[in-house]
Amino acid sequence: MTEIAVVKTNRPLHWFAVLTALFTFLLLGAGGLVTSHGAGMSVPDWPNSYGYNMFLFPPSQWIGGIFYEHTHRLIASGVGLMTAILVLWLFGRNSRHFMRWMGFILPIVGIASECLFPNRWLDGVLYGATGLVAYVASFFWPSCERSVKWMRWLGMGAFLLVVAQGVLGGLRVVLADAQLGIFHAIIGQLFFVLTGAIALFTSRFWQNLRPGRAGNPLTAVGARGVTRPTGTNLRRLVLATTVLIFCQLIIGATMRQQHAGLAISDFPLAYGKIWPDTSAVAVQGYNEHRMDVTAENPITAFQIVLQMIHRLIALTIGVLTVACAWQAWRRLGKKDSLTKLAWFWLALILGQILLGAATIWSNKAADVATAHVLGGALSLVTGALWYIIAFRRSAGSSEIAPAATISGAYGAVPAMAANK
Amino acid sequence: MKKLSLVVLIAVLVGVPGAQAADIIGTITLNGTPPPEVPYTPLMNDPTCGAMYTTTPTTHFYVVGPNHELADVIVSLKGVTGKSTGANQPPVMLDQKGCLYQPQILAMQTGQKLTVKNSDPCIHNVHCVPAASGNLESNQVQMPGGPDLTYAFSQPEMFLKFKCDVHPWMFAWVSVFDSPYYSLSDKAGKFVIKNVPPGKYTVEADHRKLGTLTKDVEVKDGEVTVNFSFDVK
Repeated sequence: MTEIAVVKTNRPLHWFAVLTALFTFLLLGAGGLVTSHGAGMSVPDWPNSYGYNMFLFPPSQWIGGIFYEHTHRLIASGVGLMTAILVLWLFGRNSRHFMRWMGFILPIVGIASECLFPNRWLDGVLYGATGLVAYVASFFWPSCERSVKWMRWLGMGAFLLVVAQGVLGGLRVVLADAQLGIFHAIIGQLFFVLTGAIALFTSRFWQNLRPGRAGNPLTAVGARGVTRPTGTNLRRLVLATTVLIFCQLIIGATMRQQHAGLAISDFPLAYGKIWPDTSAVAVQGYNEHRMDVTAENPITAFQIVLQMIHRLIALTIGVLTVACAWQAWRRLGKKDSLTKLAWFWLALILGQILLGAATIWSNKAADVATAHVLGGALSLVTGALWYIIAFRRSAGSSEIAPAATISGAYGAVPAMAANK
Repeated sequence: MKKLSLVVLIAVLVGVPGAQAADIIGTITLNGTPPPEVPYTPLMNDPTCGAMYTTTPTTHFYVVGPNHELADVIVSLKGVTGKSTGANQPPVMLDQKGCLYQPQILAMQTGQKLTVKNSDPCIHNVHCVPAASGNLESNQVQMPGGPDLTYAFSQPEMFLKFKCDVHPWMFAWVSVFDSPYYSLSDKAGKFVIKNVPPGKYTVEADHRKLGTLTKDVEVKDGEVTVNFSFDVK
């Protein structure tokens, strides 16, 4: 009961989670700019930058593509730090012990670093300073109780994911493997969903959602007071659309990591046709007329087909989100928060389709292409959060039972119900 | 039998002068009008690089003369391998000047050294991106005025890419051959493949944008002329 009260009332934690999600969104934008500017390999080493400790790389040398890549690394480090703080916060006052341990361990690591790499003495100083900050911060750390177990695990999952994502980004540079860039882009999108979900779970809005409450449009009261979930088809529709958006993002990431510029340079037609000619002669002709300054590779028939699939899926997603918004309006009523979110989602998707067209019309201008990436991220997180909210509203509603027995998919559900 | 062997030996010895190598020469032309070259706008937007120019430089995808002569076409003998003399040849030079690779199209042999220098007042990263297995990818920093970088490749490869990720418009395309039998067409569209041993060959002309043309030739005594004509599709 105590744990739940903490989750319910910890607004600073919620706003910090929101801030982390916002910075993650910023990070996605910075990553998008790196790829849009073809600057992914402009800093050839990692975790150092041109031999410097990443945090000590002189701004005077942040020129050209280095600026995009290096700021991406710095923002990523910031998001990593924020995620670490978020996890510590989810563990509440118990984190103080851990932070004090870090206050001892990190300086020791720093001293070891000084001994092993004397020419990189600033690294050791940074370790020591970080340990000192952690130690001092432990005395001012919030005295709140730890969050519920599943939230702590979710936070740990987010932390591990952001670390893995950082290492993956580093390996993409060190191994010079463009395929890793695709995974790096996809995991970035998943991490954004995760941070968005944590922000949702720590919100007052989430606490106020009552599974199986009376008047909940996603549940219906049956015989003997038993409630059952309704709107299952709508939830499935939203889930299918969200999964399709995720697939679309994978295709988008694959297209961007080809570094071939635009595979098809016109829209809504494709090389003047509804379906372009992908014969070897035709593709050779397309390449002869492509005069991009930064398109390093010739396009292939595969890339042309991939962009056509991307367009067709975009159209399908558009139709599906119209269906979602319509179904939500019909089933939940126009004032329901999920209906409003569904309309927002539809507007987002339409804007995203427009941004996709603008990407082609602008010959893949870096800022437009990056806005398209960010639109994709927002579309994914909106669909995912819609589904989570709907699931929450209908989860555990198969029967109204004592709180202790309603342990549904989310560990917090029974306790929240009991708390009410 | 001994008499026959003697006759064969004499015939071979007499025949040696007739087996002298010859040159394959020719001219490359382009039919049709290529798309107009585009300005290096991102280069001009870079403070350091843009300051080196008074007018915006343009791409050189199609270097075409007044009579349709086509430069930067790599002509080689298809399928001739294992004859590299690259280790004994002087290094090929690739410069970074004005935030552009100069030249942007070049050719060399396996085992030959490629020297990359930085004549610019800014950092470049020399990112070599081969496609053939055995040629190693590398990404090295080159500071302004820094020491030259040296590369060598063990496998033949057409249009091996060099790029600078700091300045993402900078590209050079290096073709690597396993023999000395290749040539790069000049501004007059002319090429010469020297000292080709007698025999039948397929001559291949490769342009980075226009693709590949081939012709079969037989080299005997004297020069052999092979002309290629690319078409803009």
